[in-house]
Amino acid sequence: MASVSSRVVQPVARATKPIREAHGVARAMLWTGAAITLFFVVLALFAPWISPYNFNQYKSNGVRFPQLAHPSSKHWMGTTVQSSDVMARVIYGAQTELKVVVIALVMALVVGVPLGLLSGYFGGWIDRVLVLLMDAMFAFPYLLIAIVIAFLLSNTIGQGVLTAAIAITVAYVPLYFRVVRNHVISVREEPYVDAARALGAKPRTVIRRYVFFNVVQNVPPIATLNAADAILLLAALGFLGYGIQPSSGAEWGYDINRAVSDASSGIWWTGLFPGLAIVLLVTGLTLLGEGLNETLNPVLRRRRFGRIQFELFEEPVPALDE
Amino acid sequence: MPGTSLRTYLLTRLALVVPMVLILLTLVFLLMRVAPGNPISAALGGHVPPAVINQITHQLGFDRPLWRQYVDYLWDILRGNFGTTITDHRPLSQIILVNGAATLELTFFAMLVAIVVGVVIGLVAGRYRDTSLDVFGRLFGIVAYATPVFFLGLMAQLVFGVWLGWLPTSDQASPITQALLPTHTNILFIDAIIDRNWAALWDIVQHLILPSITLGLATAGIFIRLIRVNVIRTLRDDYIEAARARGINERDVVYHHAFKNALVPVITVVGLNMALLLGGAVLTETTFNWPGIGHALVTYLENRDYTAVQGIIVVFALVVVFVSVLVDFINAYVDPRIRY
Repeated sequence: MASVSSRVVQPVARATKPIREAHGVARAMLWTGAAITLFFVVLALFAPWISPYNFNQYKSNGVRFPQLAHPSSKHWMGTTVQSSDVMARVIYGAQTELKVVVIALVMALVVGVPLGLLSGYFGGWIDRVLVLLMDAMFAFPYLLIAIVIAFLLSNTIGQGVLTAAIAITVAYVPLYFRVVRNHVISVREEPYVDAARALGAKPRTVIRRYVFFNVVQNVPPIATLNAADAILLLAALGFLGYGIQPSSGAEWGYDINRAVSDASSGIWWTGLFPGLAIVLLVTGLTLLGEGLNETLNPVLRRRRFGRIQFELFEEPVPALDE
Repeated sequence: MPGTSLRTYLLTRLALVVPMVLILLTLVFLLMRVAPGNPISAALGGHVPPAVINQITHQLGFDRPLWRQYVDYLWDILRGNFGTTITDHRPLSQIILVNGAATLELTFFAMLVAIVVGVVIGLVAGRYRDTSLDVFGRLFGIVAYATPVFFLGLMAQLVFGVWLGWLPTSDQASPITQALLPTHTNILFIDAIIDRNWAALWDIVQHLILPSITLGLATAGIFIRLIRVNVIRTLRDDYIEAARARGINERDVVYHHAFKNALVPVITVVGLNMALLLGGAVLTETTFNWPGIGHALVTYLENRDYTAVQGIIVVFALVVVFVSVLVDFINAYVDPRIRY
């Protein structure tokens, strides 16, 4: 079974090589983004231990918190009109974002990637129908798709993590489909895929062994950038009142919606902190995604060494810079 | 098909619009009708007796077979009849005209802001790649993109409206202006100019500043990113190398050869971002209480008015398709390579 470890370790080492070799701006972006993202993941996972109060707690030891209190030593980010602690809501908000975004991304990948693989590899009428459908959806403002889906589902499933995740999934499936399909089409005619086919490999094997791994490399940067987008989308849904039920979790977009009425009387802390959380997390994910993109995408990649050598199949590609 | 003429290209492109629109309309129909629950009882609330609900359901044709409803729905749209709202009996065509005009005004100025900010920062960042200017430009782009419009809007209201008191934070114009200004085009900005009512125009401009800058900045992030990459790519092209080889100085190469070509795709980007801008408009309008079509959509969603929601979504879909065709036409006209 030694071959198993070499089959797993080698590709992983090969795939992470560009990341280890990243330098300059790309490296800075990659690591800053990763640090920010990690910070929020830690907040989300350990919210009950990090947060001073629960997200919907409005009193402690039988004493009700003050309403709309300024940030103070007891409530670092102040309190809301319902007397809950803004900082607790911001921290627990990370939990909600993480849950929804992870579920949504997994569902979008599970639906979008296989459809793209099939459509791109087999072509024909399946491809044409799927492309038409997905293009129609892609053309549509995805916020609107998500709102409509959330609106329709809120009748049946009710508002919650799952509804928000499904709404976001439906909005993103066309994107993955498109990226994967277009890449499959360009890979399909490569000599090594042809060779595999000529040797009598079944479509199943060709797709799994040769096409999939080639195409799937494109997914991490897109998925990361997509996670950033999904957070904005969830916040937008929450802002419009189609996010998750206020009693089941804290959500930053919903909190900003509540803060709009506070703003007219000059109260800034109820809106500022959830908003900054969104900006920071989305910035982090975007930096991570762009950093990945720049290190993994050969067109944008810059490395210290002159020539990029692909070990398998391909001829050396001349370096693009310097 | 090498040698395709512009006309053939345009006709082919137009022919492709038909299935696209049909699919979009079908998707909207399926979403709205297959959804469980009776739309009428949802819209009218729980206090209406069942007999009344049944009567209205019958009047509006919601009890007919699905295929029949579908055919009628398509036929109505073909005739330009988008229906009437259930909750307040407004014809959709009126919503499109009045609220649509407000959205048009907002998105137009937002697009201006986005293009100016995006092009300037994108070009500079791409030209001076990997310098501190580039890092600053990219960071600005990323943060602009990462900031939700409604959060930026809220902060703008707080700073410029509540604390400094410089600008109004909601509505399209003050009540007085709205009452006194006669309607010509429904677009207040143009109405004021037609009337040469400069006081009203000033009032309208003041109301426009915060919403359009908010929406524009959020959109600018995407422009910065794309234009920067374009400049980098163009600066690497053979003809740039050729221009340099001919001894043309770097300044002229960059300004005359690279920038122009890097900006051609902006037309496409503007078009593709129309959808995004419309989505952003929904949020901006809600934040600033701007009486646009997105604001109307949110209101009707809250009232669970299915006909209104369906009608507005259809309008959005048609606008998106229209803009994408327009962009392709302009591109085909500007860049002959696309036609082949």
